[in-house]
Parts: sequence; C-alpha cells; structure tokens
Amino acid sequence: MVWQTLKRWYHMLGSPRYFYTFSSRVLPWLTPIAVLTLAAGLVWGLAFAPSDYQQGNSYRIIFIHVPASSGALMGYMALGVSGLVAVVWRMKMAEVMLKAIAPFGAGLAAISLVTGALWGKPTWGTYWQWDARMTSMLILLFMYVGVIALQAVIRDPRQAARAAGLLAMVGVINVVIVKYSVEWVQTLHQGSTLKMFGESTIDPAMKYPLLLSMLGLWLLYAVNVLLRARTEVMWRERRSKWVNKLVKEGDR
Amino acid sequence: MAFESFADFLAMGKHGFYVWSAYGVSALLIIANMALAIRAQGQVRQRLARQQRRDTLGDSEQ
Repeated sequence: MVWQTLKRWYHMLGSPRYFYTFSSRVLPWLTPIAVLTLAAGLVWGLAFAPSDYQQGNSYRIIFIHVPASSGALMGYMALGVSGLVAVVWRMKMAEVMLKAIAPFGAGLAAISLVTGALWGKPTWGTYWQWDARMTSMLILLFMYVGVIALQAVIRDPRQAARAAGLLAMVGVINVVIVKYSVEWVQTLHQGSTLKMFGESTIDPAMKYPLLLSMLGLWLLYAVNVLLRARTEVMWRERRSKWVNKLVKEGDR
Repeated sequence: MAFESFADFLAMGKHGFYVWSAYGVSALLIIANMALAIRAQGQVRQRLARQQRRDTLGDSEQ
C-alpha cells in the first residue's frame, strides 16, 4: 500500500504537466501566505522584540540574517538532491529543479554575507574575517554561482543538467562545513542559539519572531522555485500539445 | 513596542546605519529576484504565443 502510494507520487511529481497544474493551484494562496508571514515576523522582530542586553539593537539584523543563511543552506541541500537524481536517474523534473532552486539560493547566500558583515562591524569591530564560517559561506555563494553559470554556458539542457548536477552534489560537502564550522574550530561567529533538537538558548521573546520570519522567507523561496520551475517546464515542453493549448488560451 | 518614539526606532540605538542598510540590501535582492522570476515567465509565454501566431499564419497562407 505505502509503496504504491509512494510510486504514484513519484510519477505524478515527475510529470512536468502534472507539476504545472499543481503549481497553478498552489501559488495563488502560497504567495500571500509567504509575504504576510515574512512581514509579520520582520515587524515583530524590528519593532516589538526586546533589545539584546549585550548587543543592543544591532542584533535585530538576526531576523533577516538567520532566515537567509538557513534558507541558503537548505536550498543547497535540495540542489544537491536534485543533482543526484538528475545525474543518476536522469529524471526531467530533477533537471528542472536544478535550474529553479539555484537563483534564489544564491541571493540568500549573498544576503547572509552582507547582513553578516553589517552585523559584525558594530559587534566584533570588523566587517570581515577570513575564518571558517565566513569563508565557507562565501564558497557556498560561489557554488551557487557555479551551478547557475554551468547551466547558462552549456547549450544542451540535458548535458548542462549533468554537469551542474555533479557540481551541486560535490558542493554538499561545503554545506556540512558551514553548519559545523562554529562547533569544530575557533571562529569569530557565535554558536547557534536556536536548536532544532533540545533546548534553545535564545530568549522566547526573540525566538518567536525569528521563527516566523524564517518560515516566511522559506515559503517565499518555495514560491520563487515554483515560478522558475513553471517557466522552465513550459519552455522544455513547448512542442507538446498541452503547452500549445495553454498558450493558445492565453491561460496562466 | 520596544522603542519610545519613531525617531528612536529609526536610530536603533547607535546602530541605525547597520540595521537599516542590512534590511535595505536584503529587500532589494529579494524583490529583484522575485521580479526576475516573474518576468522570465512572462517572456517565455510571449515568445511561445508569437511562435504560435506565426505558425497558424503560415498554415493559412498555404
């Protein structure tokens, strides 16, 4: 039973046409939910959360820095999985995802670096330090850019997906380094106070707005991926009957 | 509210510059990224629609 269901899902989501209809149904409500959640989290964090007893108000950068950093890391994990599926099983939708996930992830990695630097200056007295956390995060941005560039440079989309997929897989090692760099080696960066398992050491008055803005930004990432994947599906399937019908009807 | 006044809110202690430039750059990057994704979708649709019109025109002339 379970196996049958899993198999059905695999075939459904693996079908470009099914994906297109699915995303048409999801986007109209996912988009406003994402925007409102992010806005609520940011307003709460910026105006209502208490200030930090050590860092004052500069800590409020956390409400965009942490969501962006975690989003960039999770996005890269998804990119690595898509790469694996695209290279090993050559599944069409995995190739599409390989293209759709990268741009917003690269944007989030850039945001993480810029907001981190702007937080570092008042807190540590420097914008940048070549230590483990910051250097590995910079490499994450380069990995994203590499995946995007490979797909832009290689004309044949299937070959492009193979090359980009391999690079995406290799880069997963770097994600592990980013994650544990604050625990394994001495770095300027503070350790994580928000924990998925076990007790968080962050104050609840700061934790809830942070969780909210995190959820909002991740949902917005999902919206962006769905939009980009739809575009890619439409282009790749442009010779199919269903896309021709969609275009003729001027349907969204 | 964690602030006494709006001016207080903008000042963010002494760290207004850092906080607001962090949020400014983030907003810019996020909005630009969303706009590009939406524009790409419109461009592909337009291109396919043009192609289709050309094809049907070609058919009727024969």
